[in-house]
Amino acid sequence: MSPETIARWQFGITTVYHFFFVPVTLALSMIVAIFQTMWVKTGDEKFLRMTKFYGKLFLINFAMGVVTGIVQEFQFGMNWSEYSRFVGDIFGAPLALEALLAFFLESTFLGLWIFGWDRLPKKVHLATIWLAAIGTNLSAIFILAANSWMQSPVGATYVACDANGFGPNGGDCNRAIMTDFGAVLTNPVSLVTFPHVILSAWLTAGGLVAAISGWHLSKLKGKAKAERDIDTHRWAAKFGAWVLILAGVGVIVTGDIQGKIMTEVQPMKMAAAEALYTTEGGGTACADFSVLTIGSLDGKQAVKPVIAVPCLLSFLATGDFHGKVQGINDLTTAYNGGQLIQPDNALQKAYASELKKLGITDWAPNIPVSYWTFRLMMGLGFIGMAIGAWMLWVMRKGQLPKAGPVWNTLMYAAVLAPLFAISFGWIFTEMGRQPWLVAGVLPTASGVSPGVSAGEVLFTCITYTLVYGALAVVAVGLFNKYVRLGLPEVSEPKVLTDDEAPLTFAY
Amino acid sequence: MLLLATDPNFLQTIWFILIAVLWIGYLILEGFDYGVAMLLPILAKNEKEKRVMVNTIGPVWDGNQVWLLTAGGATFAAFPGWYATLFSGLYIPLFLILMGLIIRGVAFEYRAKNPETQWRNAFDWMATIGSFVVALVFGVGFANFVIGLPINAKHIYVGGFWGLFTPFALLGGIVLVVLFAFHGAIYLSLKTKGDIRVRARALANPLGLAAIGGGAIFLLWFQLAYPAGGIIGWILLVLAAAGLASAWFFIGKGREGIAFISSSAAIAVVAVMIFVRMFPNLGFDNSLAQGHPLNVVTAASTDSTLTLMLIAAVVFVPIVLGYTTWGYTRFRKRIGVENMPNEAPAAAHAG
Repeated sequence: MSPETIARWQFGITTVYHFFFVPVTLALSMIVAIFQTMWVKTGDEKFLRMTKFYGKLFLINFAMGVVTGIVQEFQFGMNWSEYSRFVGDIFGAPLALEALLAFFLESTFLGLWIFGWDRLPKKVHLATIWLAAIGTNLSAIFILAANSWMQSPVGATYVACDANGFGPNGGDCNRAIMTDFGAVLTNPVSLVTFPHVILSAWLTAGGLVAAISGWHLSKLKGKAKAERDIDTHRWAAKFGAWVLILAGVGVIVTGDIQGKIMTEVQPMKMAAAEALYTTEGGGTACADFSVLTIGSLDGKQAVKPVIAVPCLLSFLATGDFHGKVQGINDLTTAYNGGQLIQPDNALQKAYASELKKLGITDWAPNIPVSYWTFRLMMGLGFIGMAIGAWMLWVMRKGQLPKAGPVWNTLMYAAVLAPLFAISFGWIFTEMGRQPWLVAGVLPTASGVSPGVSAGEVLFTCITYTLVYGALAVVAVGLFNKYVRLGLPEVSEPKVLTDDEAPLTFAY
Repeated sequence: MLLLATDPNFLQTIWFILIAVLWIGYLILEGFDYGVAMLLPILAKNEKEKRVMVNTIGPVWDGNQVWLLTAGGATFAAFPGWYATLFSGLYIPLFLILMGLIIRGVAFEYRAKNPETQWRNAFDWMATIGSFVVALVFGVGFANFVIGLPINAKHIYVGGFWGLFTPFALLGGIVLVVLFAFHGAIYLSLKTKGDIRVRARALANPLGLAAIGGGAIFLLWFQLAYPAGGIIGWILLVLAAAGLASAWFFIGKGREGIAFISSSAAIAVVAVMIFVRMFPNLGFDNSLAQGHPLNVVTAASTDSTLTLMLIAAVVFVPIVLGYTTWGYTRFRKRIGVENMPNEAPAAAHAG
């Protein structure tokens, strides 16, 4: 295997793994902040117990997100040095801003929150969890702006080398440079991706809270002296179920907008998502959306849909049920003929003559991967929402769910379906961008580190996988342990004045 | 030193300085975190004392680590060429650092989640070994920046993995480990009370002597073999030595605050020496670069990106420093074994 292939696997493994923890961090931090706010407002012990219970689970998850996130920041330089060199003028800024504006905020205030129960006044302590949660969400703005720029490289142009191999003022050359930071931050892809990702994080965290409390409810049913716990878990389970449904609606709406923007800036990705080889729709005709297909998707034979929704693809791509959706073969012909992916993109225009020298002929991503991840993303998301609705029905009018394999399976699914929906969504987004690192500009093969051998990448890739695997066992084990321990008994936190007294909390 | 085709402009120079400042923040703050974790198996006599040690850094270590992430991110944004060549060139060392950061990063949070002795010992060793590896590799790395990492005209590191392990670089690694252990012992005597404080102070004595001895050899070797800054380099060397000596002297006298300021200042001065040496070639040896050197000019982002980032830094660095300082003052009280809450199974999940 080439270093490029292994480096891609490494990015895939480490990023998908990292993103198991990110959505929970993004939304559960906010949910814990909401619980704590309700406790401060109402004084109801129920909310304090929920804060502490879900706060602990949040921290187990957060630790994993932090340590796997460091790898992400270093990985660009380690495995993708030529990418980093090419895009650093634009791509580096959001990463630096993320550390400066977001990471400091979340780490500092999370430390204050964890250890601050008996050192900070109630409202100041409440502010720390909000600031930590805001920090995590700010980081999403920056990193998604960076990623969106790779999907649609706005606000930039290309600097070629002069005869001596330098750029203007003796600086570097053969790279993209920023012309408009505002355009990078207000990239339409970024503006729609941010709510889509944040809402999908809420979908995940909502599923988590609904499932954990839902599971406890079924166990508590019929137990003596369990009213307090039942009352608390019922509140949390309903809250989680509502979050599942409402966030799900938001994910659908933003996803729909995102699909249309994607069709505009990366038409090949939409064609790949449907395995649409020839252009369809336009005029009175329309493009159907196949829910499932059998047979190969390699374009050598016609795709055989098992279930197809008439004209839906036209609508998903263009917002018009008769909109024209370009097919893979037609796009390939156009690109081979010199057409740009985004004809009015300054960077793609400026880099076109360089790109021509590389002689790219394969302009499409892996079609089966694009096709199936797109459907898995949507399908699993819908399953999550459906479980939320089912839970609300089961818990209506004070009823409790019945413990058993069916309910347990549903509870596991409520956690895992949204989580994997997000993973498939990202695999679709990133693999659907291929063969590019920067869409229409820098091919993936051009970005890899030339000084790093296949053996080195393979060694690190295997080690990451093993260490991450071991950590997963530990983290999931701890998570399950604290889920099972259930709601803690709490006492009203007080600011300690006696220096000899034991702290409320210590590692 | 190769002459630059173009002199560095104000923005490139200020960004080089800012990155040095971020590294100094990281080395001082995570320096004592690493020191505390490395001293865990040496200093603590029982589980409660271990907990005291871990809890002195518990609320702050994660924020301290962000200095490193910010230094990395700022290097990417301000000097993409530096980031690309360095991170791909020192591939295996950086990988070791990442592994160290991963295993120590989960250790503090997870050790507390289960009172079993075996579980705790495992995570304590992860914290200790992870901190040791990170300190050692950074020491070797910075010594190599002093020597200069050889690169070719395509700005690819050509020195090989084993080329990093010169005697000078190995000494750099050992000195940084000892220096952090000394700094950590001072921090512990500043933040704890009772028996553990007495022992931390006692341990600081031999650690200080080792840091002074090792540091003196390293810095003299540095100045004689790889001179930087002329007379300024020698002044810095004297200042660094004075800082270490002052830290050692005052910790012996029980003046922990002054000792901590002294060891922090010594770390900062050594870092300044190294960064003076790294200007303008960023720690690279350009003799094989065939007229295409990698330096603060050729590695830099455009002036508009540097300006934009400078505005962000001017606005947000003071804010970060402000709330970080506030956070530290919330945990200014010393802690001792009597402050450790009991760990009955039920209490294990309180808080």
